[in-house]
Amino acid sequence: MHPVRTEEDLLSVRHAVRAATLSAGFSIIDQTRVVTAASELARNAYIHGGGGTLTVDHLVRHGTAGLRLTIRDDGPGIGDLDQAFIDGFTTGAGLGHGLGGARRLMDEFEVHSEPGAGTTVIAVRWASR
Amino acid sequence: MNGRTSNGVPILRLGDVLVTGLLNELDDKSAVAFTDELTTRISSDGARGVLVDISRLEIIDSFVARTLMELTTMARLLGARVIVAGMRPPVAITLVELGLQLDGVETALNAELGMAALGWYQSAQPPQGGGRDTDR
Repeated sequence: MHPVRTEEDLLSVRHAVRAATLSAGFSIIDQTRVVTAASELARNAYIHGGGGTLTVDHLVRHGTAGLRLTIRDDGPGIGDLDQAFIDGFTTGAGLGHGLGGARRLMDEFEVHSEPGAGTTVIAVRWASR
Repeated sequence: MNGRTSNGVPILRLGDVLVTGLLNELDDKSAVAFTDELTTRISSDGARGVLVDISRLEIIDSFVARTLMELTTMARLLGARVIVAGMRPPVAITLVELGLQLDGVETALNAELGMAALGWYQSAQPPQGGGRDTDR
């Protein structure tokens, strides 16, 4: 479990996720996809969620390695999820591609959010073959 | 200079071109500080071109992308041309999948080609002493 409370934590999260992609045997392109998605999601949790945590789990399915990122925050939650996925929509300092972009970089993507009860994003990427 | 502590990335001047680069351990604050410092240097050095080498960057997320686009726009407003050079192939693939194209940002395959685009040419052969420059 990695804290996402400060800007420095965003770098620590990238390191941890990079190390996990390496130990899962991901290709350099998949490593880049997953670390980039983690960076977007961690920044969302930091900026919009007021901080949170990231957990990385190793998965195996039919002999294929995978990684699951779980990013939780205790922020205000996402009011309109459909809108949040639209490219260019942002309430923060980014380009508004964070959530939709992260979803495109991962194979599986779930968002659970309730107003006032924070947001949890669960994203999985399987090693390409 | 404004004396502000930046992210420690050197900004070199070669004639009217500034040469610099981004390091992989780039946090958001350093990215903003870098942009501010480089924009100030463009003005104080009278730079007409800027080469930003990004071959060390292992990822470009939407924040870094925005930083590069803003830097390019600010430089253009000051009359300087920015070339971002050396993007790694996996970074290019991921950027496109993320939905970003670095609109308005000129790129080059590597720093050498970027410098050539800015008007710096390397001679085809190394100089071999005086007297051979008979072309003109």
